[in-house]
Amino acid sequence: MTKTVTDVVCPFCGTLCDDLEVVVSDDGKQLLEVYNACAIGAEKFLHSQAEDRLTRPRLQQEDGSWKDVTYDEAIEYTAQMLASSTKPLMYGWSSTNCEAQGVGSEIGEITGAVMDNTATVCHGTSLIAVQDIGIPHCTLGEVKNRADRVVFWGCNPAHAHPRHMSRYSIFPRGFFTGKGHKGRKVIVIDPRKTDTANVADVHLQIEQGRDYELLDALRVAFKGLPLPDVVAGIPKEQIYEAAEVLKSGRFVIIFFGMGVTQSLGKNHNIDEAIAVTRDLNEYTKAAIMPMRGHYNVTGSGAVWGWQFGFPFAVDLSRGFARYNPGETTSNDLLRRGEVDSVFVLGSDPGAHFPFSSVKKISELPSVCIDPHQTPTTAVCKLHVPVAFVGVEIGGCAYRMDNVPIETRKVVEAPEGMMTDEEFLEKVLVRIKEIKGE
Amino acid sequence: MKKLAIKVNLITGRSIQQGVSMEGGKEKPAYTAACGIIELDPAEFKRLGTYRNTNVRVTSEYGSVIVKAVEATQGPHPGVAYIPMGPWANMVINPNTYSTGMPTFKGTPVEVEIAKNGQVLDSLDLVRKACRGEVV
Repeated sequence: MTKTVTDVVCPFCGTLCDDLEVVVSDDGKQLLEVYNACAIGAEKFLHSQAEDRLTRPRLQQEDGSWKDVTYDEAIEYTAQMLASSTKPLMYGWSSTNCEAQGVGSEIGEITGAVMDNTATVCHGTSLIAVQDIGIPHCTLGEVKNRADRVVFWGCNPAHAHPRHMSRYSIFPRGFFTGKGHKGRKVIVIDPRKTDTANVADVHLQIEQGRDYELLDALRVAFKGLPLPDVVAGIPKEQIYEAAEVLKSGRFVIIFFGMGVTQSLGKNHNIDEAIAVTRDLNEYTKAAIMPMRGHYNVTGSGAVWGWQFGFPFAVDLSRGFARYNPGETTSNDLLRRGEVDSVFVLGSDPGAHFPFSSVKKISELPSVCIDPHQTPTTAVCKLHVPVAFVGVEIGGCAYRMDNVPIETRKVVEAPEGMMTDEEFLEKVLVRIKEIKGE
Repeated sequence: MKKLAIKVNLITGRSIQQGVSMEGGKEKPAYTAACGIIELDPAEFKRLGTYRNTNVRVTSEYGSVIVKAVEATQGPHPGVAYIPMGPWANMVINPNTYSTGMPTFKGTPVEVEIAKNGQVLDSLDLVRKACRGEVV
């Protein structure tokens, strides 16, 4: 007999879908089927069952081969590396629960580390913009129940947040949105005709990297002032039309993604997007929301915000928290050679950092905590596989709208495998011993 | 004879195939098939004078990588090329953060030229070999 676990939370993207159903074997050791999840979420659950999964830590040898070690040896190695470093970089923290992030922060404080999360290559620039001018925010529940004008700016949820549109933003029928997608007008701004653009009412195929200009043009159009004939590759008639569509809504929500945060202009693009939202509030109700990528990157920002006052790029090396993006951010530190060891948990900088930073990681003492084999584990000295959070261990995660949701354990981890939190707690105890605290 | 190279503006980002294959294991061939590619417009294939599914070398001021050229799935977007996020894209994107912490993942001018005999390495191999200086 099998058991079906309902209301399972998906630990992939910031949408944090909480309606999955997972079929597990009677003894709770095997995960057999996944329902309601998107293709990526289902793959994440099923991959935890892969036969070739690594279950024990391993140390990379000089010749590139791997030698299996015990968890105790891995804890000792990690503790020694962090304790002997002057300024370690502790990066990642987005694919784990808030409990592990809390323990990690304590290690960071004791060792004088720089703590950075994946926002640094994702929505870090959005966070800078929010600190600049604030953010008119709302929850996804409000979007579902109220929003009748939906803007996707430089984001492609059809691929990156596959169930976002059906659960919250375009298709669902809510309290004041009884007609579902028929009652909503959807505008997509993207240099490509994406699959999201295909379901939109309006697609403005913007010239890549000209987001600031178009956002500014929208603010001009709201006021009915004159525009040049073409802005950012878009004829002015279309801009006036889009402005009217937005102004005529009862509730406008602007979702934005990497198209704005990673293009030149960066935080200033977001400044302007937030200013557009603020301007819209003179005519109707409007809110703006970043499409957060990892399922708990928002949580690591929340944990550090609460503990240190800053959501990413927190430098603890002077004994107090400092924050200066461009200086205390991972890629800048790595490229300038300002850290002397690298600890990675819940992320894969090997795949998602520019190569110049990856090369620096490969040259430093490094530890990577990750259930998968990744390009990061390929260049790190020690690889510690752990249980999957949200599959084999529960814990708190924050959705993209800052709503905390408790993820659930659905199956047992392979025997003897540690979780992120257990591993970090043991490392913390050992570091305290080494430092004589 | 000088090889023909075309100039395009490179952007990166998520694709659903990238997400699925990433969760399925970055050491597997499916990840290479999903991310070791460059999406080009049909017009670009004409300019380059090659068929779809040919291996090409993509070069920027910051690096170089061999990937397979495929037709844009979410186009047309003339002048813009797309490599899904991953180690292949990161060999060539602009790593400068301009004091924001954020590398410039989108909007890197690149040159694309045919590299029929070039091999698309898998993600682990690519990063390992590049770190050792074994790939150019």
